Amino acid sequence: MSTATDDRREVTSFDADDHQRPSEPEWGTLRSRWRATLRYMRRNPSLPVGLALLSALILFSVIGGLLVDIGDTRVMSAPHSRAPADNLWFGSDRQGRDLFAVMVHGTWLTVRVGLIAGAVGIVFGASLGFIAGYFGGWIDNIVNWTVDVLLTVPAMLFLVVIATNVSTPTEPLSSTTMAIIIAALAWRRPTRQIRAQVLVMRTAGYVQTARISGASNLEIIFLEMIPNLLPYLVASFVTAVSAAVLASVGLEAMGLGPQNEPTLGQTIYWMIQSSAFMMGLWWWILPPIIALVILFVSLYLINVGIDELSNPRLRRKA
Amino acid sequence: MALSDLLRRLVLLAAVIWTAMTLNFILPRITGRNPIIEKLMDSADSGGANEYDFDQFVAAMNARFGFDRPILHQYLDYLGDLVTFDLGYSIANFPTRVGDLIASALPWTIGLMLTSTLIAFVLGSILGALTVWFRSSRLLGFFVPVIMVLAAMPFYLVGLVLIYVFSSLLGWFPASGGFVETRTVTSGWDFYLDVAYHAVLPGLSIVLASTGVWALSMRGMMVTVQGEDYMTFADAKGLNLRRVFLAYGVRNAILPQVTMLALFMGQVVTGAVLVEVVFAYPGIGFLLLRSIQINDFTTIYGVVFILILTIGFSMLIMDLIYPLLDPRTRKSRA
Repeated sequence: MSTATDDRREVTSFDADDHQRPSEPEWGTLRSRWRATLRYMRRNPSLPVGLALLSALILFSVIGGLLVDIGDTRVMSAPHSRAPADNLWFGSDRQGRDLFAVMVHGTWLTVRVGLIAGAVGIVFGASLGFIAGYFGGWIDNIVNWTVDVLLTVPAMLFLVVIATNVSTPTEPLSSTTMAIIIAALAWRRPTRQIRAQVLVMRTAGYVQTARISGASNLEIIFLEMIPNLLPYLVASFVTAVSAAVLASVGLEAMGLGPQNEPTLGQTIYWMIQSSAFMMGLWWWILPPIIALVILFVSLYLINVGIDELSNPRLRRKA
Repeated sequence: MALSDLLRRLVLLAAVIWTAMTLNFILPRITGRNPIIEKLMDSADSGGANEYDFDQFVAAMNARFGFDRPILHQYLDYLGDLVTFDLGYSIANFPTRVGDLIASALPWTIGLMLTSTLIAFVLGSILGALTVWFRSSRLLGFFVPVIMVLAAMPFYLVGLVLIYVFSSLLGWFPASGGFVETRTVTSGWDFYLDVAYHAVLPGLSIVLASTGVWALSMRGMMVTVQGEDYMTFADAKGLNLRRVFLAYGVRNAILPQVTMLALFMGQVVTGAVLVEVVFAYPGIGFLLLRSIQINDFTTIYGVVFILILTIGFSMLIMDLIYPLLDPRTRKSRA
């Protein structure tokens, strides 16, 4: 992901690249634009496959949300340890939660934690990266050192300490609070990545040109640099979401998650704690694992796809 | 490595350790609640702790934290304790010291992590190099996508799948623990075999999920190295292929892998901690899980501190090893 492109022209010219091929249709009309897009997708299948997987997961949660009552995720809403049946599609766990309702609601909760933490991380990280990379000097030094120090320590360890201090027995964490806790550390990697990119861009020809033409710093950042960094920002965001989901499920598996909400990680925690493996309750074990595998793989594929889209050098290698 | 570079590394390590120590000190004070005292009051209410232990404990806590003294004094004392590795007493099992709990769990974690990381590193590097060398191999062409997908997944998720398949369905391997619980003798070949048998699944989940990471980066590096002039030259000289592959290709491509090993360290530690949680493996991750469940805050802080220390030092060691592998960085010291 962090392939630093020292030649920015390559990043900006990915569609111009297509023009050079005589077989590629022109980008003029809407219809030919669609055809070109389709053709590109066939060449770079990671992006569409990843997006399709992610959409399937979100669709499952959205459509499922219309069919189930969220209340069924509570303990004792169904007979316990039942295998899947007609009226209980995914069966129930040992505490009597309706697992279909748990999966529908939990998938969304977990994705939401990732989105919140990822969004906060990328906004804060990108701002910090821009300030550090663009203005340099002592601010850059401070930011750079702070990120270096914080990146050495795995987020999980910080989060364990924070979470043990925030959640109390009478007032357990909500999944939103957890997203914010995770966001507190989600900015580190985006900051470093964006800073590195900005450092390179600062000396690029078009930025120099803009500066000589009297553009202000804000104009240069928002009109010249950010549009060029867009694919990079999106890739950074996807990485941040993936890392946030990883952290949240990890925290939940250790019992530091929202005890009253059926997130995927929390489901895994209950599953391990009530020895679902020994009882062979496969309908309890498999769905959260499959959902998480789909989530991680789709985010990974999207990332690879964006990387390929924005960095044509990778294309020749493949 | 240049001297200034080494100095920078040392300062960074010190900063990391200081941050970790300070975090454990400041957070309970920022959030306005002191979990240690809360837990204390809790056990006093429920009468769970026996009277004698409890009095001693309060005395020990007061001596240690001295809440009546100025905050700066508390802080300096706290730092002094940590520097001498005095992690205090476990709240849940009072007379036991946190240091002893960690010391008995650490060998399990180190054994599991070191072995599986080494296997994954070697396996991944070889595999990555081979995919470039035998570009048209069908077998490798099948392996690469599988490995890439596995690399995208966290260790514990792979672990859960392995438990389900090999323990729950097939019953080939135990699903949890580090050895048979009823065992009384904890030495001898029999015991070690048992330990190895229990370590297969946790180890395998780390190997499976991280081999791909090494294979992918090695592949990228080999592609670059293959385009270098010295590869063409070695070929033209008529050296045998194995020599070109190992001494010219792999030797050069492996360098960034070692740097990556240093960067990957933190991820491996977190991953291993969660794998232990999933497998109830008696290492430091499982200690952390148990401490969280019984609100044993001193142990939680102790484990976090030791883990951060481990990561910091292993990264430093990796940086020091680097010049041994790359003669170019050695020269710059002179």
